[in-house]
Amino acid sequence: MTSPAAGVATLAEQHGAGNVRPAATVSAAFARAAEVRAGPDGLNAILALDRDGALGSAEELAHRHQQGQRPGPLAGVPIVVKDNIATLTMPTSCGSRILEGYVSPYEATVVTRLREAGAIVIAKTNMDEFAMGSSTENSAYGPARNPLDPTRVPGGSSGGSAACVAAGIVPAALGSETGGSVRQPAAFCGIVGVKPTYGRVSRYGLVAFASSLDQVGVFGRTVDDAAIVVGAIAGRDRYDSTSADVQVDTYQSPATEDLTGLVIGRPREYFPESLDSRIRDRCDAAIATLRELGATVRDVSLPHTELAIPVYYIIAPAEASSNLARFDGVRYGVRGAAPSLREMYERTRSGGFGPEVTRRILLGTYVLSAGYYDAYYKKAQEVRALIADDFRRVFGSGVHVLFTPTAPTTAFPLGTRSDPYDMYLSDIFTATANLAGIPALSLPVGRVDGLPVGGQLMARHFNEAVIFRVAYALERALGGRSA
Amino acid sequence: MTTPSDGAAREKYEMVVGLEVHVQLRTRTKLFCNCSAEFGAPPNRNTCPVCLALPGSLPVLNESAVELATRAALALGAEVQEESVFARKNYFYPDLPKGYQISQFDQPLATDGGLVIGERPDGSPLRIGITRVHMEEDAGKSIHDRFPSATAIDLNRAGTPLIEIVSEPDIRSSAEAGSYCRLLRQVLEYVDVSDLNMEEGSLRVDANISIRERGSTRLGTKTEVKNLNSFSGVERALDAEFARQVAIVESGHAVEQQTLLWDADRGAVRPARTKEGSDDYRYFPDPDLPPLRLTKDWIARIRDKLPELPDAKRRRFAAEYKLGTYDIDVLTASPRVAEYFEVVAHARGDAKTAANWIMGEVLATLKNTGVSIERFSVRPADLATLLDMVRSGVVSNTAAKRIFALMVESGDRPEQIAEREGLTQVGDDTQIDVWVDEVLSSQPAEWQRYLGGEKKLLGVFVGAVMKKSGGRADPRKVNQLLAARAGK
Repeated sequence: MTSPAAGVATLAEQHGAGNVRPAATVSAAFARAAEVRAGPDGLNAILALDRDGALGSAEELAHRHQQGQRPGPLAGVPIVVKDNIATLTMPTSCGSRILEGYVSPYEATVVTRLREAGAIVIAKTNMDEFAMGSSTENSAYGPARNPLDPTRVPGGSSGGSAACVAAGIVPAALGSETGGSVRQPAAFCGIVGVKPTYGRVSRYGLVAFASSLDQVGVFGRTVDDAAIVVGAIAGRDRYDSTSADVQVDTYQSPATEDLTGLVIGRPREYFPESLDSRIRDRCDAAIATLRELGATVRDVSLPHTELAIPVYYIIAPAEASSNLARFDGVRYGVRGAAPSLREMYERTRSGGFGPEVTRRILLGTYVLSAGYYDAYYKKAQEVRALIADDFRRVFGSGVHVLFTPTAPTTAFPLGTRSDPYDMYLSDIFTATANLAGIPALSLPVGRVDGLPVGGQLMARHFNEAVIFRVAYALERALGGRSA
Repeated sequence: MTTPSDGAAREKYEMVVGLEVHVQLRTRTKLFCNCSAEFGAPPNRNTCPVCLALPGSLPVLNESAVELATRAALALGAEVQEESVFARKNYFYPDLPKGYQISQFDQPLATDGGLVIGERPDGSPLRIGITRVHMEEDAGKSIHDRFPSATAIDLNRAGTPLIEIVSEPDIRSSAEAGSYCRLLRQVLEYVDVSDLNMEEGSLRVDANISIRERGSTRLGTKTEVKNLNSFSGVERALDAEFARQVAIVESGHAVEQQTLLWDADRGAVRPARTKEGSDDYRYFPDPDLPPLRLTKDWIARIRDKLPELPDAKRRRFAAEYKLGTYDIDVLTASPRVAEYFEVVAHARGDAKTAANWIMGEVLATLKNTGVSIERFSVRPADLATLLDMVRSGVVSNTAAKRIFALMVESGDRPEQIAEREGLTQVGDDTQIDVWVDEVLSSQPAEWQRYLGGEKKLLGVFVGAVMKKSGGRADPRKVNQLLAARAGK
């Protein structure tokens, strides 16, 4: 039996060759989930498991291989999926009371693509309600915990998926990003997290938070795990008008660490005076490693960075206030019974949404209101364009990849960020990539007090390949130091 | 309540009206999903994750709806924009699944159109400006009277494609409003973009109306009148609302901005139930849909494919067929009648006869049977043949009417019917001579009187010969042969 932590490539190869039965791997994943107590009594990373369905799929896959079907790149690889991505056999609750028990009658495009590549979706993972949060404490089903230190948060909003990968239950997982919700938990849990370019991966079946920022993201134990899964789900989807018809490159890199010719930018705004010096040191050590690997390192400036959080907290709630209007108790989900229509809406939504979601709906409704639209939403879109211009200018000046810290802190203890604005600052280094729509990846670059520190790589639109190339090289070079 | 002073008060004021017309585009599928857009399916049959607004679903624009909307906009003289933007109109209502309607707001599909609905007293064209034409999806239906103490929702209509055509406030009377609506419908029928059926809701009109003292250029507070189920309803509602506003202002009060519903049975307006939060729709560009970009070339191709529009057709009919205004108006009212007419006129080479037959027999038959001209059993080529048979003397005019009636019934060709029913005209001199001989020999005294100068007796002999022939003798030939006998 092979451990699910063996890695995507190894597992797929062994399943494809018939050396290991996919069902054995899936069983091992369930055993590991029980061992680390991934359920509500422990890490609370998993909201639903599909034991029978997963084992059935695994047997069926083995049968198809025997029939001569060519094994896919994810053959028999167990994967967990964030609970805001529509699946047929498990509920899609979005971590919310309002969708408790809701089972989607259709499947997200990314899930279909995972299955077509041979993956076996075994569970749905805990998350901040409707992906609004940075710690997975905002789940209606209780907070998830960090497997490296269960007194601490796994990050969020895709904290359940990150925890499952970090705990060795699965080698890869799907999350979603609106403002760092994959990269920040990847950093907190010491794994790899990727946010592809906006439009690179279909959003069909990803329950919308802020449509112009949302993107399905991927967690991997290693860069290679993430690269294979991103490759499997990327590409144009006719059900998503915002998905791009851009060639999907091969993200798995050849085994070369030579980065000669690459220019790495170090944006000074991401290394402010106030940054924890230990995090700065780990990042600068990683940058030194990149230089040793042959890359040129250049100091650059992205002057509008400090506006990212204010802009994000106008645009994201504005879109959310509209996207979440459909949860009205009329067609699906939980309905608050009441004698009149207005009271039905009030009871359904007041009872169904938690405080953070309610706060953002109110905020978003306000900034879109007549008389405030120009001052807030329109202005925010203008500043968003300036943030995107910052990146365009830097990438246009010959910089291939930017390197920054992923988050300003390591994983913090549960219950220590009660002020929403403190929580919002967790995404200070990640929200920019969502606003600009560019691809970004977080990988472990060291530890502080035993907790992982994430380093972030960003590149121009649709250039995930160069990010992966640098990430492979850096991961290999840091090997001993980061683990 | 009408008092003698009302008439004078009304003379003091004029109405200022703008119309918003919603037209359902005739597409096979809905605007943002692949569900059938057909009317009349069992409730909620034509639905899917997208139009039910299931979590995670996304809209994908129906390109054929864009094409139909563009055709309509161009036909209304509007300028189609190379970039337009879909926006969300946010409000809560149970038949609005997403909690917002995808519409267009500050960047509509087309702007600056207009229709000339007649002439002003000074002879200048009376043109009603069209501010904008934009695309949007329809909502579903709330059914309040089906189940006791519950409202049912039918989402078959949710997501079906509409265009909204917004006029400038250029309309000054209910008659002008009626003319505008009728011409608008005619133009849209010509470009074939919609069923235009007010009963099924594929054409809906809302009116914005205010009043002001004649000579003033200031706009008063407007009300919006909805639930206008016919064009005559539009006219009656505007007159009623005008009178109501005049009465309010004359009594020293101010008109309140509100939405009103027209009650056709009572002939009066009443305030509408307002929707929750309808005062602020919080429009913003829909991030799920990229801006709609149309190239100049594509727009030009759609423009080139437009059929001849009513105004151009009327002018051409006047020049080409030398018909009177009334005939032209009747024949061009519908593009299909016009097409029918032209096929007959061209085959026949005599526009006036073709026009008379179509305006008489054809339209009367269609009206009596309720059949549309596309499904009419008499094909235009066959009608042309029939008219040709009359001209060349194969059948008499009387026989032709009978043949036409049989064509309507059977759909058979006129030659077959004439043959079968023995209605062909006899032009053969030998046969007619025999009938002439018989008539003359039975009425020798009258024939002598005719020869003696009583010329009016000729009609008697012609009639007698026609009767003897069973109506089949060619009257011209009969006349000729009788004249020849007299000349002997």
